[in-house]
Amino acid sequence: MARPGRAPVVGKRVQLMATCLCDAFHDDVAAATVEVLEHLGCEVSFPEGQTCCGQPAFNGGDWPASRRVVRHAVRTFPGADPVVVPSGSCAAMMFHGAVLEFEHEDDLGDVESLGRRTWELGDFIVNGLGVTTWPGRLDAAVALHRSCHTRGTGSSDAVALLVGSIEGVRLVPFGEGEQCCGFGGTFSVGFPHISAAMGDLKLDHVRAAAPDILVSGDMGCLMHLGGLAAREGAPMRMLHFAQVLRDALGAPA
Amino acid sequence: MRTQPIDQVAAHLGAETRAATYEGSKIGHEKRTRLLFDHYADPDRLRALAGEIKQHVVENLDTYLPAVEARLSANGIRVHWASTAASACEAVHSILKARGATRLVKAKTMVSEEIELESFLRERGIESLETDLGEFIVQLDHDHPSHIIKPILHKNRRQIAETFEKNGLGAFNDEPGVITARARQFLRHKYLEADAGLTGANFVVAESGRLVVVTNEGNSRFCLAATRCHIALVGIEKILPKDRDLALFLNLLARSATAQQLTVYNEFILGPRAAGQPDGPDEVHVVFVDNGRTDVLASDCRDILRCIRCGACLNVCPVYRQAGGHAYRSVYPGPVGAVLSPLMLGKRFPEKADLPKASSLCGACNEVCPVDIPIPDLLLRLRDKAHAEGVPSPGTPPMGAWALLATQPAAWRAALAGGHLLNHLPTRLIPVPALRAWESKRELPPWRGGEFRKWLKMRRK
Repeated sequence: MARPGRAPVVGKRVQLMATCLCDAFHDDVAAATVEVLEHLGCEVSFPEGQTCCGQPAFNGGDWPASRRVVRHAVRTFPGADPVVVPSGSCAAMMFHGAVLEFEHEDDLGDVESLGRRTWELGDFIVNGLGVTTWPGRLDAAVALHRSCHTRGTGSSDAVALLVGSIEGVRLVPFGEGEQCCGFGGTFSVGFPHISAAMGDLKLDHVRAAAPDILVSGDMGCLMHLGGLAAREGAPMRMLHFAQVLRDALGAPA
Repeated sequence: MRTQPIDQVAAHLGAETRAATYEGSKIGHEKRTRLLFDHYADPDRLRALAGEIKQHVVENLDTYLPAVEARLSANGIRVHWASTAASACEAVHSILKARGATRLVKAKTMVSEEIELESFLRERGIESLETDLGEFIVQLDHDHPSHIIKPILHKNRRQIAETFEKNGLGAFNDEPGVITARARQFLRHKYLEADAGLTGANFVVAESGRLVVVTNEGNSRFCLAATRCHIALVGIEKILPKDRDLALFLNLLARSATAQQLTVYNEFILGPRAAGQPDGPDEVHVVFVDNGRTDVLASDCRDILRCIRCGACLNVCPVYRQAGGHAYRSVYPGPVGAVLSPLMLGKRFPEKADLPKASSLCGACNEVCPVDIPIPDLLLRLRDKAHAEGVPSPGTPPMGAWALLATQPAAWRAALAGGHLLNHLPTRLIPVPALRAWESKRELPPWRGGEFRKWLKMRRK
């Protein structure tokens, strides 16, 4: 999957798409995203009407329902300011998935235009703003789980570049890093057995590398992996990279 | 708790099958990746180019097919057209019957599995023998291939040695070298006894009418050299425009399929034995098989017809690794099969409409595909198709109520607040199947609905 051409970043105003998972479960990740963007000098607005990117129904096969939600997102994030989202999966939904399901719709143009200015957070910082190093300090061995939905885009490299540049951070590789963790949205409940088996493999590989923290750009992956590890009575410290960047700055947790 | 059929197969897969499948596919993938990136600075550009060439063929099949027929006929090859599996079997049978043939040696062809040729011929008194080692073992076991390149990926050497022992091919010995030598000894004289040889074709070149058959065991070469009649069963999508395209496609196929620079035996067949040539068949027949392919062509998933059957998407697929090939109930398993198999059923699509669900949409299949098929996009289109046709999908949560909430901000915020009940109720009392399925394997984190919005308001005051 290739990232379509996108609008260059002009000015410092950005709109935050917090994602439904952060809205419901992982508020600290959304807060960290705000703090990270503000540290970079961005003026962050949060459109109150936002809900979800539409991906659950898109992946579940109910495209008419998904398109209703995407149309809501198009109305919620108007204008020309970039939309920044702390999730590779939701970002890919906006710039790729939504475009696919609107192929034969009259308002495809509106969806494409939102897609062109929607950025995954790491991609935005590195490729949008041109920031490639991160200040502060964090003494930790970090395992990075790449986000499957941003394969072929710059996101995973961007996150590795930023996190790896923090003084004190040591990135530790682990086996089969290109393999999916097994979350997959509705896949995780339609295929609970395979999903958990994939997650257990991922956890085994990560544990073998013995990191202090497992870091990802998608809370879906971490909610699944964290839930598995907790159920097995072997919890693992997991953070979104926005939290890592924020913590490195010494900002209040 | 209702879950998807492929998930249920995976849950009950035997430990030995699971281990053989997982290890076999993982090794295949890792060797491929090393080789492609060792040899080419930017293999992704090659994949994109190969994809464009095959897509061009797919979009222009209506002109390529008559051109190929004319070229093959000019080369002395007899061309047959079969629109269904039954008519393909009938075409092969009538060729054999006309020659009074009763013994057929077969090289590996997935199309023959697809049309169930062996049983068709057996019922009509014709013995067909698989000569590819993997397919030979499948035939001995009355099993089905679980992988399009490595048919016995799901078996380990002990199981194979037991099969050989049971079939009178020597006392138990699970050394791969011994197994191979015994198969070779058994098969060698079968070629000489056979009346006809049957192969598939990896490519048919429109420009020259050249059939290209690649194998690693040389069995296709024996089939061609030892018999007087060669029949090639070929899917109608196997065409390449020019001979020069073979340079690209043979390199990509060998690396993607078996992590080789070049497959060991590459047969280039221009026609029957010419006067003065010592070996080769007097008759060459090509049976072009549709069997649902034009249904695929008519769909918005026709990109899948680019497929050159390398199996790389099976090897890399985490779902295939957990469930194994038989879980897909189809000749073509894995990601490519999840698109191809339901579509090839035409109107009977609902029978296999669950296959496109068997993916976390991780995109690894597209990343390795030598013809760059956007498999996840096609899986998604088929999910939409299944939903639009009203096919039930066990374990997929209904999305209507969610969409209602997600389009009305006030209702969404109320739900964020109301969700806090989750923290106080035992979740087993909550009648939401998706929640049950989640909790069958994982803990749910505490509900913190609306907390971020509160935090932001405080901060902005």
